[in-house]
Amino acid sequence: MADVTMAQALNGALRRALADDDRVLIFGEDVGTLGGVFRITDKLQAEFGEDRVFDTPLAESGIVGISVGLALAGWRPVPEIQFDGFSYPALDQVISHVAKYRFRSAGTVNMPIVLRIPCAGGIGAAEHHSESPEAYYAHTAGLKVVIPSTPIDAFNLLLSSIRDPDPVIFLEPKSRYWSKESGELEPNGLPIGRARVLREGEHGTLVTWGGMVPRCLQAAEAAAEDGVSLEVLDLRCLVPLDLEALIASARKTGRVVVVHEAPMTAGFGAEVVARVVEDAFEYLEAPVLRVTGYDTPYPPAKSEEYYLPDLDRILGAVQRTLTF
Amino acid sequence: MTPADDELARILDPSGAVVDREAREALDLKEEDLRAMYRAMALARQVDLECTALQRQGELAVYPPLLGQEAAQVGSAYALGEEDFVFPAYREVGVAIIRGIDLVEYTHFHRGTRHGGIDNPVDRRFAEVTIPIATHALHAVGWAMGTRKDGGRGCAIVYFGDGATSEGDFHEACNFAGVFKAPVIFFCQNNGWAISVPLARQTAGKIYRKADGYGFPGVRVDGNDVLAVYRATREATDRARADGTPTLIEAMTYRMGPHSTADDRSRYQPEEEIEQWRSLDPLFRFRKYLETEGAIDHAFVEQVENDAGELAAEIRTGIVEAPPRNVREIFEWTFTELPPHLTRQRDEVVAALEGEEEGAGG
Repeated sequence: MADVTMAQALNGALRRALADDDRVLIFGEDVGTLGGVFRITDKLQAEFGEDRVFDTPLAESGIVGISVGLALAGWRPVPEIQFDGFSYPALDQVISHVAKYRFRSAGTVNMPIVLRIPCAGGIGAAEHHSESPEAYYAHTAGLKVVIPSTPIDAFNLLLSSIRDPDPVIFLEPKSRYWSKESGELEPNGLPIGRARVLREGEHGTLVTWGGMVPRCLQAAEAAAEDGVSLEVLDLRCLVPLDLEALIASARKTGRVVVVHEAPMTAGFGAEVVARVVEDAFEYLEAPVLRVTGYDTPYPPAKSEEYYLPDLDRILGAVQRTLTF
Repeated sequence: MTPADDELARILDPSGAVVDREAREALDLKEEDLRAMYRAMALARQVDLECTALQRQGELAVYPPLLGQEAAQVGSAYALGEEDFVFPAYREVGVAIIRGIDLVEYTHFHRGTRHGGIDNPVDRRFAEVTIPIATHALHAVGWAMGTRKDGGRGCAIVYFGDGATSEGDFHEACNFAGVFKAPVIFFCQNNGWAISVPLARQTAGKIYRKADGYGFPGVRVDGNDVLAVYRATREATDRARADGTPTLIEAMTYRMGPHSTADDRSRYQPEEEIEQWRSLDPLFRFRKYLETEGAIDHAFVEQVENDAGELAAEIRTGIVEAPPRNVREIFEWTFTELPPHLTRQRDEVVAALEGEEEGAGG
């Protein structure tokens, strides 16, 4: 089996979606001739034509707003927002229409839109290019929020998202675009809404998603050297949240640390903690802790290593839970 | 700006006299069309009054009257074909009447029974009522792009007010429509006011001229002249069907009522301005014209008044006697399949409802 990067896997998923369903449309800024600034749409316009894959004017609210109309005309729009920090002009369309159209039509119209957004930091990018907006979307009823961390998951989850009749915010951790995995780009039927235990453990669980997944795996590896066995749970989807997997792991290990890049206050980690406390309280050996980005705007590139959770902070939190 | 403006396209003057005979003769309207348009305008006015009354009596939560805008709405909607898709804002009862929308169903939006407006908007070519200003202009463009990709003949028309032209989404929509040649009619009912803010605070320019910047035609029409509005819209649909050219129509009209039943317009709308526009009433103007032409007589006008009264009564009965909707629907509307976290919340409501029923039964 060949190694594939997440960027190639996403490109492969889009290619397959375009080939399998002639109602799928891909559009956004620079997605045509250029193939996207991260090359996720590389060569798709040449293969499928300008009618299916096209560049738009530079206007994010426009990109999402026309998606609503295209969906009303029976298309399956898969628009791309170029960077996380530019997703905000489209929030009105996402919150007021994409998320609510089914509700507002009393369930008579679906919005099968997949909004792809490269997200999060760790790549030394310019200001406004490293944001983690997942909590805004997870907090908006009517949206599904998917965030893969590996190439094969990215391939399958993007295909499942495009097939889904409901709107999906598909967050692509930029720091994972060039990560490699050995495997075939063949659909495995993975539905959205299932977390994945990436490493089994006994003494505690690291709950994480996106760009922090490899760091948590490293932390678990380091902890193992000290005789601490950590489970690593990659949520993969924030909405719907795989409560079953989350609660099962919390009950099994009794100690939970949530790790994410976004700032702590009202981050999605707070939701994870609340769910664990609500449904696994009697199994807990220690407070459920969070290791996250700080409650500041995302820092300049030269400082991001101090901002993002690192092994020391993750292991420090694990250590704290072990003192109870 | 007043309807005396030189740039204003007009067929009937405020007294109902024909000022552009050539344009009038060129219209593809038969006498029965003229009567249907008059009837729709009269129905719209009566329904509007009824809805305002229903709100005052506590039967509707809030209602935004269209009083004074009947010609703009009926004239434009009458120019559309079956395959065309209407994207209304929230004041478009006159359009809904022409499009055959069930007004009891539609009025439930204002009663607070449901959001959006109607079921199956796609099949009915009438989108959900849209409150966030100008956001639906992009939906119209997207639908128009999509229908063109399918080789369809339909065009989209989006209704909005003068205030909406200050919103970014209006400009993004115009820009996308121009770039992609999306068959869209941007129909601005310039009624002079965005709640309490007058037109001069929305723009230093002319609304219809903004189309120049997006590379498609913009026209200004007397919005209280139903025939001029019809002609402008029909020309716009012809252009749209021919090669996807969008059009921005600025219909100069006036909001004769408050922004909504929750508004107090005496705080900002000058009485003399209202008086001036009262003399430009669109229904009066069209009736005078039709009477002069011999297209309608007293019996017809009376018949229409009776029909309007019956329709208003139907809406009242339909709204007041409608059974309450079941709150568990809100869970089913959110996603196609209920996810686990919502199943839990739905079950909580279901249990509460069952508790209430048992309580009521016992």
